[in-house]
Amino acid sequence: MTAGGPSRYKRRTPQRERNHSLDIVLQLILNGLAVGCIYGLVALGFVLIYKATELVNFAQGDLLMLGAFVCYMFVVWYGVGYWVAFALAIAAVGLFGAALDATVLRRVIGQPQFAVVMLTIGLGAMFRSAASMTWGSEIYTLPTPFSARTSRVGGVSVSHEYVSIIVGTVLLCAILYAFFTYTRVGVAMQAASQNQLAAYYMGIPVKRMFSLIWAISAGVAAIAGVLLAPVSLIDINLGFIGLKAFAAAVLGGFGSIPGALVGGLTIGLIELGAGAYLPHGFKDVAAYVVLLAVLAVRPQGMFGTIGRKKV
Amino acid sequence: MRFVFKTSYVQDLGLFRDEVQRNWYVALLGGLLVLPLLVPTYLVDVSLVLIYGLAGLSLMVLAGYTGLVSLGHAAFLGIGAYAHVYFTQNLGLPWVVAVGLAAATTAVAGVLVGLPALRMTGVYLTIATLAFALIIQEIFVQWERVTGGLKGKAVDRPVIFGVPFSTDVAFYFLCVAVLMGGLWLTTNVLRSPTGRAWVAIRDSEIAAQSLGVNLAAYKTLAFAYSAALMGIAGALFAHKVGFLAPDIFSVLLSIQFLLMVVVGGLGSLHGAIFGAVFVAMLPVAISQARDSLPVWFGAAAGVFGKGAGDAVYLGVERLVKQPGLEPGIFGLILVLFILFEPLGIYGRWLKLRIFFSTFPLYKRATFKRQKAYMRSERLR
Repeated sequence: MTAGGPSRYKRRTPQRERNHSLDIVLQLILNGLAVGCIYGLVALGFVLIYKATELVNFAQGDLLMLGAFVCYMFVVWYGVGYWVAFALAIAAVGLFGAALDATVLRRVIGQPQFAVVMLTIGLGAMFRSAASMTWGSEIYTLPTPFSARTSRVGGVSVSHEYVSIIVGTVLLCAILYAFFTYTRVGVAMQAASQNQLAAYYMGIPVKRMFSLIWAISAGVAAIAGVLLAPVSLIDINLGFIGLKAFAAAVLGGFGSIPGALVGGLTIGLIELGAGAYLPHGFKDVAAYVVLLAVLAVRPQGMFGTIGRKKV
Repeated sequence: MRFVFKTSYVQDLGLFRDEVQRNWYVALLGGLLVLPLLVPTYLVDVSLVLIYGLAGLSLMVLAGYTGLVSLGHAAFLGIGAYAHVYFTQNLGLPWVVAVGLAAATTAVAGVLVGLPALRMTGVYLTIATLAFALIIQEIFVQWERVTGGLKGKAVDRPVIFGVPFSTDVAFYFLCVAVLMGGLWLTTNVLRSPTGRAWVAIRDSEIAAQSLGVNLAAYKTLAFAYSAALMGIAGALFAHKVGFLAPDIFSVLLSIQFLLMVVVGGLGSLHGAIFGAVFVAMLPVAISQARDSLPVWFGAAAGVFGKGAGDAVYLGVERLVKQPGLEPGIFGLILVLFILFEPLGIYGRWLKLRIFFSTFPLYKRATFKRQKAYMRSERLR
């Protein structure tokens, strides 16, 4: 895909060639942003839960997979319209997240972080197993209103699927920002995540807040899953995108919401850029190389705030 | 309950608490020696248990004793395996030298990971090791001259000092010997000042540092030691699988190693071995259950008539033959252990032992967990 390679258009002038390569770069940036948005959304889910409960949820990617599958099930099996199925998938996975918190994860608050990591890895394996039993291990495509449609803007062909991801992410971030800043429940959640005990004293139902945060986080994962479904196909291993999203969250600094989004976009852009311009094999690892390099310089990530305890 | 009355410091230096404990371990060794006669068909699986035991030992030193959780230990196993095969088959070095060099290579890799990891804590370290493992796996794919790339690489049977270890029994005894060596070395390292420094770092970095423990040096040492053990395990693993391919050393294998350590019981060498037995034997047990469970349930339901027996047989068979059942069972067991027995199999074993040794006086409160509140890890 490199620009200016041996081309059939020998009579093209240098000026047009530069335009052509610019188009490719723009195309790459657009796709990279879209992929990065997905990473950012999943990372946002991690960070929301981590900020509130200090639990590291390795099953976030599998919640994304569940969201995609539930939406697929409603659209293809039951013939529900896309938007209704979208809403149903968010609601179902959100409820599932809240139930998960109420039954399992509430018990491990305060235990070592490692135990929680292992617990959620185990839960993720169970979700994958359950999904393969319910929906089978085949690969599915989700028909959406955006599928296989492109517009040309200038020389760039813009795929509607990618635009839907970017628009969806921007909208979702705006909604979440408004929710956490302006609503009573949102402010209560911030309080609960800043100081659990003080929030209890102020009469905030902290346990319910945590369940709600899990619901929101699972819902965000479901949205990411449904948005991702037309670009990538749906199968039970869709959840492994969570690993890259983890890299994104850590790159941005675990515990920082803007950091999660910036980290996701960075990783998305790096990945697409490496796929286009570096030799074969770099696409999958470039993100991790950058992650290690950033962590070697800034061990707390780009926007992280881990301080040292003063005694 | 037995109390040991200590009369000299020599008793503290001994490897075992008293004669009774020593005799139990001698009995265990005897059991291992006659095992090839008892289960000749499963000997290959038992060898895998021993290799996993060595791997569990390695991760236990790092995660259980030093408190550094690594999600990249499959990469160390891979480095050890590929290095060993390269040194023996491509360079033609003697087996013992090759294993030593493989351990050294892996230890160097461990230090390389350990150095940037010094300043990281908790989830940052876990993700950094994960990233490292994924990069290493890609290197296994790309570096075809050494690793054979995606085509893979066949591994010969080991030949040590001119003696070929070509049969399963011989290889089994080799694994027993190496695991015993690893256990002996690790036990002794852990009760030396080095081991105590590791435990101190695990329990509180700040306290350890205030007491004069050099965090950087000891963390790097823990990484190097753990990686070297993993390298030796990798050399044996290469001979066990007989064919190396990059996708063996995936994240899932790293997760399996962590599962081993957690299910066995964090912070005990017994736990590493229990976990290895569990993780290596569970797939065997599941595949056995797949064949026998429908028959048993069918026979049980057959009491109520032939139709019921057949229906139950088919139903259970459909359930257990589901694809993807195995990882789900692994996940379920992991979840149950963390929720109900955070000390793992070794913790359960301790409770059982204390129950019997203090029989009428056992009280559950001995092991009651304190109520834990959220402890922030944002400050360290």
